[in-house]
Amino acid sequence: MNISEKILAAASGKDQVKPGEIVEAKVDMAMVNDITGPLAIQAFRKIGVKKVWDKEKIVMVLDHQVPADTTKSAELHKIMREFAKEQGLPFLYDVGFGGICHQVMVEKGHVRPGELIVGADSHTCTYGALGAFATGIGSTEMAAVFATGKLWLRVPSSIRINVKGRFKRFVTPKDLILHLVGNLGSDGAIYKAIEFAGPTITSMSVGGRMTLCNMTVEMGAKTGIIEPDETTFAYVEARTDKSFMILGSDSDAKYEKKIEMDVDDLEPQIACPHSVDNVKKVREVEGVEIDQAFIGSCTNGRLEDLEIAAEILKGRKVSRGVRLIITPASQEVYMHALQWGILETMVKAGAYITSPTCGACFGGHMGLLANGEVCISTSNRNFVGRMGSPDAKIYLASPATVAASAIAGKIIDPRDFWEAKY
Amino acid sequence: MRIQGLAIVYGDNVNTDLIIPSKYLTTLDPMELASHAMEGLDRDFAKKAEKGVILVAGRNFGCGSSREQAPIALKYAGVRCVIADSFARIFYRNAINIGLPVLECQGISGHIDDGDILEVYLEDGRIINRSKNETFTAIPLPDFILQILSDGGLIEHLKKRMGGKG
Repeated sequence: MNISEKILAAASGKDQVKPGEIVEAKVDMAMVNDITGPLAIQAFRKIGVKKVWDKEKIVMVLDHQVPADTTKSAELHKIMREFAKEQGLPFLYDVGFGGICHQVMVEKGHVRPGELIVGADSHTCTYGALGAFATGIGSTEMAAVFATGKLWLRVPSSIRINVKGRFKRFVTPKDLILHLVGNLGSDGAIYKAIEFAGPTITSMSVGGRMTLCNMTVEMGAKTGIIEPDETTFAYVEARTDKSFMILGSDSDAKYEKKIEMDVDDLEPQIACPHSVDNVKKVREVEGVEIDQAFIGSCTNGRLEDLEIAAEILKGRKVSRGVRLIITPASQEVYMHALQWGILETMVKAGAYITSPTCGACFGGHMGLLANGEVCISTSNRNFVGRMGSPDAKIYLASPATVAASAIAGKIIDPRDFWEAKY
Repeated sequence: MRIQGLAIVYGDNVNTDLIIPSKYLTTLDPMELASHAMEGLDRDFAKKAEKGVILVAGRNFGCGSSREQAPIALKYAGVRCVIADSFARIFYRNAINIGLPVLECQGISGHIDDGDILEVYLEDGRIINRSKNETFTAIPLPDFILQILSDGGLIEHLKKRMGGKG
């Protein structure tokens, strides 16, 4: 069996499972945020069960519209706080204590290898970076998990993507995942698990792995997953005392498809409007003028993302007419970026730093776009209307490409930028 | 279960932001959500759907967010069933859980036009286009999903199973 099958077999108390089989599985952790949580709470109350199945296994994070931007969202936040209090939930990450739900889940040690984790957010697949089987579900389904701790799941078939080679300077895991989404298409992996393996993955940081797994849902995948290794263990053990299972894929494990990939010659990639799979080389769209640049989100708001952006921004100024919005993914990221002088470099360059939130990626709270405006963003979706006006255009790229473009005032390959010494 | 209605047809990759834009997610009122259904794609949708329709779409319907507000908006706007070439998985699950029937039928979007009269039988996945006298077979739903749908969604289904005991 491969790692996904092993986790689902263990979670459903079976020796073996096969793709296509429907299992009833026990959930190890469940997560909701302020967009999906209130609806889940409302549905939970309708079931008529008084207590959640296990208060230690539920995590609630306020991240989409924080601090509350309208009275309506304030009311939704209140529903979550009251529910946490009533149920005695120990893990409610409120304003000032958390950040973006997926970053918080991983950082606070709520994700362990071998676990089955569900979250009421489509990017829950991010946790595959630590060798967990994690997938997004809706609010009503989450209410059922709150009540029973169980969920039916169809065992997915898996695609194994074996990656070798070394990234060139200013080429990042974001460029790799954009390239793969472009090749496989936005429905290329519906219902499937994508398993990343190979020397490039093994030498990648946990942050880079999170970026890869985060965007597997943009191909329709149920999850993205990476076998845990020494890097995983070091990360997890530093953040939780809880024990976990070490599961990996057998050498004769079955896959629907195997893809070989070499990143030696990979160039910076960009997803053009209005589809995540409309991917080109950055060089092919160089020169497109931008109004806004956004560095943040659960895809690329981590410390290493801010670091590479700061390297480019250092001693330079954001182009006149461009708004550069930078949002650290969590309080922890924010604090380190502060202590290490990264934020100072960014502010001096003219960046607008926000507190940790989904922010501009979600398009409901801040950093919205007007008619005809163009934004280059490190986030994961460029759907029509995602960040405000349906007549705006969103390009998706790596933090290096976004930072370089913010200085240049137009889309630019960060390598060309570096050579031109803006 | 037999479902009947006029078809409304859309293309591939209709995402959840188009079905219900982020700015409306601060309400829990299903009728308010319904008034903005499909607003990102078709401003007249709420009016068209009022009398009860069957939504037909291409590949990857409902891709994007896990927001359950998307199928809720469709259901309360008057959509009785969604038929698509393929669905994004979270949308598919959400629709069933809130009691909105969904059927997957490869290539269906190329055979149905706006305004066709459709008749759908969930048990065996039969889709009859009365306007064109054509019959298609979708992938039939497993029994446990039919049970959730006939109970009116997962919450009603669980209430029955758990007997409302805490």
